[in-house]
Amino acid sequence: METTKARKTKRAPTAILAEFHTAHDLLHAAEKVRDAGYSKWDSHTPFPVHGMDKAMGLKDSRVGWIVLAFALTGLTGAFVMMHWMNGVDYPTIVGDKPPGAPFWTGQPGTMPSMVPIMFELTILLSAFGAVLGMLHLNGLPRHNHPAFESERFKLCSDDRFFISIEAEDPKFDVEKTRALLEGTHPAHLEVIEEEVS
Amino acid sequence: MAYWEPIRQIDEAHLVKPGSSLREVTDEIARVTENRAPRGWWICFLIASSFAGIFVLCVAYLFWRGIGVWGNTSPDFWAWDITNFVWWVGIGHAGTLISAILFIFRQKWRTAINRFAEAMTIFAVICALIFPAIHVGRPWLLFYVFPIPNQMTLWPNFKSPLLWDVFAVSTYFTVSLLFWFTGLIPDLATLRDRSTNKWRQRIYGFLALGWRGSHRHWQNYERAYLILAAISTPLVLSVHSVVSMDFATSVIPGWHTTIFPPYFVAGAIFSGFAMVETVLLIARSVFKLHRVVLMRHLELMNKFLLATSLLVGYSYAMEFFIAWYSGNQYEMAYFLKFRPTGPYWWAWAWMIGCNVAVPQLYWFKRLRTSIPVMFVVSIFINIGMWFERFVIIVTSINNDFLPSSWGYFRPTIIDVGIFTGTIGVFFTLFLLFMRWLPMVAIAEVKGTMAQADPHHEGDEGSHEVAKVDPSAGGLLPEGAE
Repeated sequence: METTKARKTKRAPTAILAEFHTAHDLLHAAEKVRDAGYSKWDSHTPFPVHGMDKAMGLKDSRVGWIVLAFALTGLTGAFVMMHWMNGVDYPTIVGDKPPGAPFWTGQPGTMPSMVPIMFELTILLSAFGAVLGMLHLNGLPRHNHPAFESERFKLCSDDRFFISIEAEDPKFDVEKTRALLEGTHPAHLEVIEEEVS
Repeated sequence: MAYWEPIRQIDEAHLVKPGSSLREVTDEIARVTENRAPRGWWICFLIASSFAGIFVLCVAYLFWRGIGVWGNTSPDFWAWDITNFVWWVGIGHAGTLISAILFIFRQKWRTAINRFAEAMTIFAVICALIFPAIHVGRPWLLFYVFPIPNQMTLWPNFKSPLLWDVFAVSTYFTVSLLFWFTGLIPDLATLRDRSTNKWRQRIYGFLALGWRGSHRHWQNYERAYLILAAISTPLVLSVHSVVSMDFATSVIPGWHTTIFPPYFVAGAIFSGFAMVETVLLIARSVFKLHRVVLMRHLELMNKFLLATSLLVGYSYAMEFFIAWYSGNQYEMAYFLKFRPTGPYWWAWAWMIGCNVAVPQLYWFKRLRTSIPVMFVVSIFINIGMWFERFVIIVTSINNDFLPSSWGYFRPTIIDVGIFTGTIGVFFTLFLLFMRWLPMVAIAEVKGTMAQADPHHEGDEGSHEVAKVDPSAGGLLPEGAE
């Protein structure tokens, strides 16, 4: 009984959070953390701060590739759907157009009438690709991030700028990491602890 | 000039008064959803929801009795139903135009109005989708328009422009909704973090998807947003083009016109901007947003209205010219005889007067910077654009090829109730949106401020103030508080 109680109240650091008042301070702090070789760290800002990609050493976003895959699926899916439904499964002759003639046969087929829906489904799937791809790459929805343990972190969506370094980072060491962040002159520094079992 | 460049480098003035802090922006916008609703909101809401109630009653009666309760009869089988559909879809175009096309062209002033316009798009498209759904006569068979297996093992006819329309408008609705929601995520996080009440925190927190302003997330977010804007740009142009093909691919004189797609798109943008302005002016005075929505933005919108009015006027002139130049007796009869001098000459006069004549007032700076003038003009444009669709649809089928079947369309009280009812539905949804969601994009406005530039070190603010030309008074609040 005693041991479980002790285990329940045991706390361990999960992240260190440094708070800054301007985007300028944040950018320079991020450069230092990047140069120190951390990998599991992040900056948190109320709006996208430009120049941060470089300051954090991030690679280009991969959302575009996901969108491309979705777009091609929409385009070919629309063609296959219309061709199969109106040309193969239940041939429907409208306007004297041979229903089974695909565009490469050279016959005046139904290809022009397929263009609007092929276009629309390409756009529809691309939009889903962009939004779902963005959420997937970001690991969202996720409502339980360690940073939310901090009361001050609420200001991140208002007018404050934060850097968080997570304990999962291989280079993480409470004292050393703290010293590094102190060297960037944050307005406030906080070690976030969570109960561990 | 790239989308990530700070606003100073592209020679645009700041959106918010220089010297404002980031927190002031958060407070100004978020307080609308946190404070009690002002009395003006309740008055508007009661009026709008009463009309929405009338709408529900009229549609219930329509479903009970059938579409004979409308004035539609031979030869006017399309009348107010399709007029209202095209009118609402057109209004819905400004939202995506502002959020996508102006975004791609780096017009940062759009940030003051984009959330608003996107919401307007969604509600307008909801109103638009109601009409094709209720005009089918047997609404329980509406699923025939979708490519899903049914008991007759029939598939939809993909060569029909009406089916293209089903895909175009439903794609437009879905993409607009995704675009709107993506833009809302960071602002929902702001509302979550500010909330002092458990339910607000839970609901906004759930919708914010756990957004924590991470830069790794912002990077993907901005790319996704850019892609959404890039794909919405051809989409917005395609949707009204496809709507116009409902008419243009038919063989009815007055409809069978190659100019229709660009003509409809110009008209859609024109009417959409007018509706954005009407609604924006109401919201600006009810919620006192004079510091975010500046006179400069309204003036830019008015210039845009003037430009699109000229485009629409050009299309009208071109239709006349082509009708005369074609030498086709039916074309000439419609454009030169029935429309301007026929039984619906008054509708035609409203169309020309409101869409071509009235916006010419905006050549004068005094008129385009006057709030009462722009409110009245924006309403006139809304009326004029409704009449444009009415003229196109009804006059073209009213006097058909057989003079013995000529008729005259008269709306019934149910027609009127359903149309004004959708206006009520639109404003009800809009007022709820203004009350519960941030109606200006908080994160985006912050991104245009001096503090957003990482090379700005705080003390530069005084330089910014000095640089503002005091004669361009639009940057200052106009007695907001």
